[in-house]
Amino acid sequence: MKKELKFKVNGQPYDIFVKPKTLLVEVLRDHIGLTGTKRGCNSSSCGACTVMLDGMSVKSCSVLALQANGAEVVTVEGLAKGNQLSPLQRAFLDHGAYQCGFCTPGMLMSSTALLTENPRPTKEQMKEGIDGNICRCTGYNSIIRAITAVVKGEYKEAK
Amino acid sequence: MSKYSVIGQRVHNVDGTEKVTGSAKYTFDVVLPNMLYGKVLRSPYPHARILKIDARKAKRLVGVKAVVTGKDTLGRKQGIWRRFPELCDEEILCRAKVRYIGDPVAAVAAIDEDTAEEALDLIEVEYEPLPAVFDPMDAIKEDAPQIHEGVELNININRHIEWGDVDEAFEKCDYIREDKFKCSSQAHVCMETHDAVASFGHNGKLEVWTSSQSSYYIQRLYADMFDIRESDIRVHNRHTGGGFGSKFELDSAQFCACLLSQKLCRPVKIVLSREEEFTATKRRTPMYYFLKLGAKKDGTMLAKEVRVITEGGAYTAMGATALYLTGFFSSFPYKYPNYRYDGYRVYTNTAVTSAMRGFGAPQSTFVGESQIDMLADDLGIDPIEIRRKNGMTPNYEVPGQAFIQSCGLHQCLDKIEEHIKGRGKLPPNHGIGVSAYGFMSGGIFNWFNTPYAFSAAVIRINIDGKVDVYTGACDIGQGSNTTLSMIAAEELGVRLEDVRIFSGDTGICPPDLGAWGSRETLMNGNAVKRAAADCKRQLLEFAAAKMGANIVYDLDIKDRWVHLVDRPERGVSYFDIVKGAIRGKDGNAIMGRGYYTPHRKGMISPAYSFGVQAAEVAVDPETGRYKLINVTTAHESGTVINPVGIEGQLEGAIMMAGGYGFCEDQPMDEGKILNPSIADYKLIRSLDMPDTKILEIDTYEPEGPFGAKEAGEGLTNPTAGAIGNAVYKAVGVRINDLPITPEKVLRALKEKQKKAKK
Repeated sequence: MKKELKFKVNGQPYDIFVKPKTLLVEVLRDHIGLTGTKRGCNSSSCGACTVMLDGMSVKSCSVLALQANGAEVVTVEGLAKGNQLSPLQRAFLDHGAYQCGFCTPGMLMSSTALLTENPRPTKEQMKEGIDGNICRCTGYNSIIRAITAVVKGEYKEAK
Repeated sequence: MSKYSVIGQRVHNVDGTEKVTGSAKYTFDVVLPNMLYGKVLRSPYPHARILKIDARKAKRLVGVKAVVTGKDTLGRKQGIWRRFPELCDEEILCRAKVRYIGDPVAAVAAIDEDTAEEALDLIEVEYEPLPAVFDPMDAIKEDAPQIHEGVELNININRHIEWGDVDEAFEKCDYIREDKFKCSSQAHVCMETHDAVASFGHNGKLEVWTSSQSSYYIQRLYADMFDIRESDIRVHNRHTGGGFGSKFELDSAQFCACLLSQKLCRPVKIVLSREEEFTATKRRTPMYYFLKLGAKKDGTMLAKEVRVITEGGAYTAMGATALYLTGFFSSFPYKYPNYRYDGYRVYTNTAVTSAMRGFGAPQSTFVGESQIDMLADDLGIDPIEIRRKNGMTPNYEVPGQAFIQSCGLHQCLDKIEEHIKGRGKLPPNHGIGVSAYGFMSGGIFNWFNTPYAFSAAVIRINIDGKVDVYTGACDIGQGSNTTLSMIAAEELGVRLEDVRIFSGDTGICPPDLGAWGSRETLMNGNAVKRAAADCKRQLLEFAAAKMGANIVYDLDIKDRWVHLVDRPERGVSYFDIVKGAIRGKDGNAIMGRGYYTPHRKGMISPAYSFGVQAAEVAVDPETGRYKLINVTTAHESGTVINPVGIEGQLEGAIMMAGGYGFCEDQPMDEGKILNPSIADYKLIRSLDMPDTKILEIDTYEPEGPFGAKEAGEGLTNPTAGAIGNAVYKAVGVRINDLPITPEKVLRALKEKQKKAKK
């Protein structure tokens, strides 16, 4: 039996009906069509599906869609403001903090959540912040350099 | 000022904005109208005869549209060594026999993944289990079960490489070491699992979106397996979520999606689960290594004898190449005057072993660099010194095998020596280990039997000056789209933003062997450079006429300025020249073509890169646990085209190669992989990642575009060896089998203590 799910994704309200067992990642990708969020393992081990749920980073393959009822979800598609990329997105570009790009949406969401919670993390805290996200390409250090550059204020928030 | 205006600049990846905004579309994201979802049923037995498959119940399940088995195929066997039909031994959908846990036996297409999954449970397969064999050392015994008919002792293929007189040379050695090693397997763990959307039309044409390292290979293998014309198949590959050697053979997702689609004339999408990715796709080749190394007292190495037995798994795949390359790279990066290699690849009832980043060389480098340190230790020679004494130099011929033009190994050794000295006295239980390596810039092998040039590119210049590059190269994350765009921009004298690249689409791009063997920068780079030069010649012909300059002057283009080389102020805008040139050609866009196939460049590769790595570890002798503190690499890859790309390759290689040395493994029980999930398969995560430092050495490779050579796979070779040597330096124990886990270190420490007491 489908149930009603009312929530916001990247500021846009949605009112849809889903099966109780439907996962948040399925709603985002398959129902709403926001395919930026990836799935790499379906068991909350790789972090490719990371999104922000009411400001906290969650692995959307391990959250039932109905658990997001009434909540605000932010996905990678919600990071840019209009045509302005977020500071982390720009820093990722400058530092080559991605290669194949498949983990990148999740990596950006974990990093964004980290800085939302703690705008001045130490290097160790940055590493902890992305420890739930696997990247098989970059070796993580360029990602840490990108986050560091944002923390140092090298990238201004878009207005 | 650099003589280049684009090359060597720190630029954004040309696909960067798509990737950081989530708009990059992978095969995983492709949805077509009327599309169905497929799943693959796999063997639970390592070796069994298929007696009967009954799919009636599955077909009756609401939402199921088709079930296919081996009977629905043409019954052909495929393989990537197409020149050697006996090595094309994989049916993909097995008809009579399964040979490993995970071998596909049936596939289902349904309206959604859940229904397809449910249908798999309803397919009844009757098997007759057969005796199985898992270790190559057992599989070569007389009484071992035979995995492929007519293959004696399960020996799939053997390779012999030899030069000099090894036996005579050992007689002359002052010191000889004989050692055994075991190299483990490794999973690629691409973040995007293998996937494909295949769409067969009623017109008999096939269109496929797939995550792949070589669209051309997939196209050609489809043509073989389905008996359709190559040009009636279009393979798209826009973004690929990692490859690392796992994605240039026809896989079960691609094959089954196509077979189902052919039956239904509807698009079918198959995405392998993470568990399938671990158990039923290919993996790094485990190897037993037997090494004999002889030297003079002063450390001059006179002879090396190498014997290798590799665990092949159930089919040939690219394992034959890994067998050859591990044998060749066992001689690297040293000048052995006498060398002999014998390698045997043995079929086993385990998941297939094949290509993975480094392609046999991470194994040979781990064992070789471990042994050379042992030798140095025995002879009381410094590890850097012994490598310096024997290391390859520019213009060196590997007897009868290869010719090495550029080689910066000795500068790399100097830099690493400086780095180690700079670290001063280390704290207790810290150690720095070094490892030297080399690798090829693309292979000169044509076992695939392509009639085409190895690399090709077409460039079209549009009326607005935009340069369209068409290449069959595949960007799998390594950044070939960016590197090739930079090469085109540099050669044509335009800016990077003036270039638009179309890659990996067999419908519009010329064939290219694809992204493997570290071949794209050199081989495709040369093709793109030549295509750009072809365009440029046409532009300059027009410019010379228009400018009316004295014919003794040469013309060139730099930063969109067409000018006289000796008088750069005399020139015309590139955009004006393009407009005029197109008009002058009766409205034809400017088109250039370029190709590259290595000729007379030895048997292996047209160029080789080199480097030396130093890994620092801190070992806890109480627990055997150790931490990777720092990995510093002195590295040369010819002219650096894309510095951001090289940094990424290097750091990423350390994550993967460090993992090979440190923690990654695929333990098995009776052919069953015991850790088929990301939670259980330990990879280096951000907290384990060491600090990394790059010391770039400047070299120039005459065969490469603008002097460039590979920087992708070679970097995967040194780290396991450097870690092993570092652990030895730190606490005096030597681990000869990968990975170097805390348990093994602790056990070795305890044995060492026991011996000391005696």
